[in-house]
Amino acid sequence: MRELLDDIDRWRLAGKRVAIARVVDIEGSGPREPGAAMAVTDDGEVAGSVSGGCVEGAVVSEALAVLNGEQQPGIVTFGYSDDDAFAVGLTCGGIIRLYLEVLDW
Amino acid sequence: MSSLYEILRDRLRRSLPTALATVIDGPHLGGKLLVVPGDLAHGSLGHPELDRIVARDTLAELEAGRSGVRHYGPEGQTTPEDLLDTPTVSVFVESWAPPPQMWIFGAVDFTAALSRVAKVLGYRVVVCDAREVFATRRRFPAADEVVVTWPAPMFAKRGHQLSPRDAVCILTHDPKFDVPAVQGALATRVGYIGVMGSRKTHGKRTERLREVGVSDEQLDRLLSPIGLDLGARTPEETAISICAEIIARRTGRAAPSLRDATGPIHT
Repeated sequence: MRELLDDIDRWRLAGKRVAIARVVDIEGSGPREPGAAMAVTDDGEVAGSVSGGCVEGAVVSEALAVLNGEQQPGIVTFGYSDDDAFAVGLTCGGIIRLYLEVLDW
Repeated sequence: MSSLYEILRDRLRRSLPTALATVIDGPHLGGKLLVVPGDLAHGSLGHPELDRIVARDTLAELEAGRSGVRHYGPEGQTTPEDLLDTPTVSVFVESWAPPPQMWIFGAVDFTAALSRVAKVLGYRVVVCDAREVFATRRRFPAADEVVVTWPAPMFAKRGHQLSPRDAVCILTHDPKFDVPAVQGALATRVGYIGVMGSRKTHGKRTERLREVGVSDEQLDRLLSPIGLDLGARTPEETAISICAEIIARRTGRAAPSLRDATGPIHT
């Protein structure tokens, strides 16, 4: 999250709402460790990453849904075990769990 | 009053040790506890006893530089019997520990290369040599600090700061410098002690260390000659071989090629 601070500050100063997704858990192969984070603004600006590029696009959609109130904050899982829930997987075959919330604290 | 985010942000900018516990599943979803060493925690996870237990565990995670998910009962219960028939609270503990340290003894060409590679891996690099002409910032621009002193006073003054996450690399291969550096390093909790030199130098040095009372058990802690068997020759290749050895020691791997091994790449 350290590397996101400048962007987050700039966005908050500009009055944008920000969602943050943090990797909390990985199973099997996972490109990033717990704590890897991504921030997304309500107008779709993005900073950071949570994988090797496999799931970032899907995370942006989820983050926007949380910011719009269409989806509750909580754990989002990506990986091969979620064949119904999400079309997005990791090429490395692992499972990655993110905690997604609005940065309103 | 500052928000939790502002406190966290200001501490991260100053590289101060900080951890954030967040309820990611269960009652009080999103509840937060910001934990810092030597001070009261900020925020709450929804129950004072849960806060107390999580603050305690979070400090331990921070000390080890670890981040991950932990499970509790809604009132901080931690034993499995207590958790039967109660909803559990999943807490993500994220630690921002200060970077691990690498102390390099000996202001030689290998030191310049090793300090560069260690910086890539996120170490705070300290170069130490008693010779003022060699131990200069100009020669080691990648190092965070260059200290002109002998090993004994360096360890006496700062050895207590070293933890199992840290590394000491002794590149002098001069017994009058090596022996006190090894003795100093052995007296700390440092996780990796590597000592450079040919097998011949290593043999002579081992004799000297035994003479000054270093036990076989202590000698086992030394990685000497330093580095993995990569056939490295240049300072840069040697630096890679040393850093690769540090990683392999931490993960407990024998460091063969992935192609020639089986099992998962990450554990």
